[in-house]
Amino acid sequence: MEYEVIVGLETHAELATVTKLFCGCSTKFGSEPNTQVCPVCLGMPGVLPVMNKKAFEYALKAAIALNCKIDEFTNFDRKSYYYPDLPKNYQISQNYYNLGVDGYMDICVHDRINRVRIHNVHLEEEAGKLIHPEEAGADYSLVDFNRAGVPLLEIVSYPDMRNVDEVESYMQTLRKILLYTEVSDCKMQEGSLRFEASISLRKKGAEKLGNRVEIKNLNSMKSVLKAIEYETKRQADSLDQGETVDRETRLWDEVNEKSARMRSKEEAQDYRYFPEPDLLPVVVDGKWLDEVKVTIPELPLARKQRFIEVFKLSDYDTSLLVEEKILADFFEDCIKIVDRPKVFCNWITNDLLREVNERKLDIHHLPIRPYQLAALVEIIEKGAISSTIAREVFSEMVQTGEAPQAIIEEKKLAQISDEGLIEAVIVKVISGNPAVIEDYKKGKKNALTFLVGQVMKETKGKANPKMVNELLQRKIDA
Amino acid sequence: MRLFEYTALQIKEKIISGEIRPVDLTKQFIEQIKNIDPHVQAYLSIHEDEALKKAAQIQKKIENAENVGFLAGVPIAIKDNICTKGLHTTCASKILRNFIPPYDACVVKRLKEEDAIILGKTNLDEFAMGSSTENSGYKITRNPWNPEYVPGGSSGGSAAAVAADLSIMALGSDTGGSVRQPAALCGVVGVKPTYGRVSRFGLIAFGSSLDQIGTFTRDVKDAALLLQVIAGHDFHDSTSMPVPVPDYLREIDAGVRGLRIGIPKEYFSAGLNEDVHNALKNVLRKYEQLGANVIDISLPHTEYAVAVYYIVANAEASSNLARYDGVRYGYRASKSNGIVDMYCRTRSEGFGNEVKRRIMLGNYALSSGYYDAYYLKASRVRNLIKGDFDGAFQKVDCIICPTSPVPGFKIGERAKNPLEMYLSDIYTIPANLAGIPGISLPCGFSKEGLPIGMQILGKHFEEKKLLQIAYAFERETDFHRKKPVLKFSLTQK
Repeated sequence: MEYEVIVGLETHAELATVTKLFCGCSTKFGSEPNTQVCPVCLGMPGVLPVMNKKAFEYALKAAIALNCKIDEFTNFDRKSYYYPDLPKNYQISQNYYNLGVDGYMDICVHDRINRVRIHNVHLEEEAGKLIHPEEAGADYSLVDFNRAGVPLLEIVSYPDMRNVDEVESYMQTLRKILLYTEVSDCKMQEGSLRFEASISLRKKGAEKLGNRVEIKNLNSMKSVLKAIEYETKRQADSLDQGETVDRETRLWDEVNEKSARMRSKEEAQDYRYFPEPDLLPVVVDGKWLDEVKVTIPELPLARKQRFIEVFKLSDYDTSLLVEEKILADFFEDCIKIVDRPKVFCNWITNDLLREVNERKLDIHHLPIRPYQLAALVEIIEKGAISSTIAREVFSEMVQTGEAPQAIIEEKKLAQISDEGLIEAVIVKVISGNPAVIEDYKKGKKNALTFLVGQVMKETKGKANPKMVNELLQRKIDA
Repeated sequence: MRLFEYTALQIKEKIISGEIRPVDLTKQFIEQIKNIDPHVQAYLSIHEDEALKKAAQIQKKIENAENVGFLAGVPIAIKDNICTKGLHTTCASKILRNFIPPYDACVVKRLKEEDAIILGKTNLDEFAMGSSTENSGYKITRNPWNPEYVPGGSSGGSAAAVAADLSIMALGSDTGGSVRQPAALCGVVGVKPTYGRVSRFGLIAFGSSLDQIGTFTRDVKDAALLLQVIAGHDFHDSTSMPVPVPDYLREIDAGVRGLRIGIPKEYFSAGLNEDVHNALKNVLRKYEQLGANVIDISLPHTEYAVAVYYIVANAEASSNLARYDGVRYGYRASKSNGIVDMYCRTRSEGFGNEVKRRIMLGNYALSSGYYDAYYLKASRVRNLIKGDFDGAFQKVDCIICPTSPVPGFKIGERAKNPLEMYLSDIYTIPANLAGIPGISLPCGFSKEGLPIGMQILGKHFEEKKLLQIAYAFERETDFHRKKPVLKFSLTQK
């Protein structure tokens, strides 16, 4: 039987605020356990939350970037469940009035634009983290509340995805939007970006949706895709055998690449939502909305399309450029100085990315500045250095942030265009290679290429190759 | 006159003038508490060392002619659901037996800044759930006017402490009448400010949308003095309002000439005790003599108030009390088999029956499929009740009614019947639902010699007007000057 797979995603992204959502504690990652806590985020008796306006604005920014409708009135709700990492045993979240609703995000799959609808975007507080001791037979667990209260954005999509390629594009596009809007650092390895998938199958052509299975514990984009593939097969096998698929929540087992039942629909928790009485409703007026709107940059997909149209760059090159906002910004800053889009695109997508990958550099903290690369390109165009030397200079620039001219001077890399100097080397090369000269005179044209190479070698690549060619030919022919 | 019979205003003056030394005063109070409180059982903990230390600091300031705070040297008792840094705060619950807050409630911070002396923490119904202080997990507080009677609740310890001269002032909290009702039953002045007037930061939450910290004092002027210190916006409480705090003592004697007093017929219906009714009649006569106009009004949705309250308050409580799970602080069951079992045992052993009853009721009202029928509907009716008051205040300046339908009840009398107990707050609950301020002050005595309280309700943030109206009555009468004759035998200890 042929089935259609239907996927929706729930995304959690920790917002990149300096302090937590309802108190002044730091959100820094990786500190000693329970060093970034206070009575408020520990849920001590008598404490009250105070909303971090910055976090709300970040959430607003993301909601606008995801084309959501923003109601003038939103508030927070308490979501109740018992878990030791949840200090109050309720999470301040949003349920009855979400910050953003009915949005969408366009994704690009195989050069086609697909639209995935966003059900809602809302703001909530992060829970702490359980630490299970490694010793055998330990009868306790520890809790680290450093993370408790970090602002968390939840983005709920409609079940609009039909295959893993779409899911992958959705995750990548969403990640890029969150990075572009600078609301989250999206570090999956630190848990600041997480996905949960819900998957159902239906017969090709059928209208009614099948029972939905939610998959949790997906630690990377790769595991999301693997889990969907696994789950598709599992559900298809069940349906082929005439069984039904239970509506349930399953946990993904990363090691064995399998999912297992966590709880059935009947065991689903009743969160007993009700409006958070300790916080006032948030009123988002037009003025505030406008203030937030102007902080949203051009988003990756739009930027890519503009790069293709305006700069006539390839689809592949532009994909690389817009992958990281900082790269696209770098590119645009360069072409403002020297109008050579294709040249800068090559430098960035080839040389810069190679340097970054080879040297494992942090792309957000490179010392090289756009005006420096522009200066290098100008030097090359003037013919002052060869492209080989230019690469050497560039590599130095990426590592040290020094100006190209300074590097060229310091390392004496400038091109030799002095006829006398070049001639002297040519004389030396000719006298050292009488056999090659003979070959050349017999009509072996590539013998000249060898001789040029020898001259370049002698000058450590600094001789002006055009001049070497001309002078050499003249000398031999003479 | 013995030192501990003075009002706060009088004491403050004597302390600043050097006539009374704060250390001597504090010692006398501690002595008084040690002698008398074993009979009254108003206090859960006494902070002798801290109080004496603070008194010595103030004394030094005075000796050095330094500036002193607004409540210099005035002893105060704090209800034990208000957090005091470094001092036990139990909510009269076993689940918080060993809980020592690492921070001060906003009000406590303000009291300390104004040089008040905190004598100790007072008894209450566990988590402020009750109207008699019988639901305390530790002890039963007695009414100083008659030890067989309850002091009211839930702030019974604070009310009894002020009535029995075990403190000059006290703080309580009022979710459905927990300041006003015990004030009435103990013959002292109790103020429940507007919701949002006083910061709730550090008040251990019961019903978050209803809770408000209030005052117990011997007279109206002291209430003005204490409210002055605790009122005002606090960054840490988003629901506290940035409304300016007026000078409550200034023009407190403005009088009531031309004032329109509303008398809601729903508050004078069947079930109102005859003595209370008669006392209120005298009150109204007095106000008319003073030049006020008494106008009959109606608050038509009053009959739904108790039902609405027990849905809203319990729903919020079920969530507020979820944090007492034995994981981070407070009581934890000693033996358990896994985390869920630990939760169950801890909460089963740590909470008393009334608290458990309310948690269950609250969770039920919030359950999927019931939310609309209970919580949402109750919230809508709550708006109707608010609307009743809004309408009434277009016609009148304040509303006067009884604080409690009865002058008091005996210990044990209502403890077995929760519903009857819930009706104790029938006249006080509507003000919490509407968020308006209310004051209860002594206005007579029953045949049995128990004090009777009258209640004045006003518009949001009009505490100043309420104090003026209350003072107009108080200065013409001497009910507030009557002291209980403490009749405790050692067997009741």
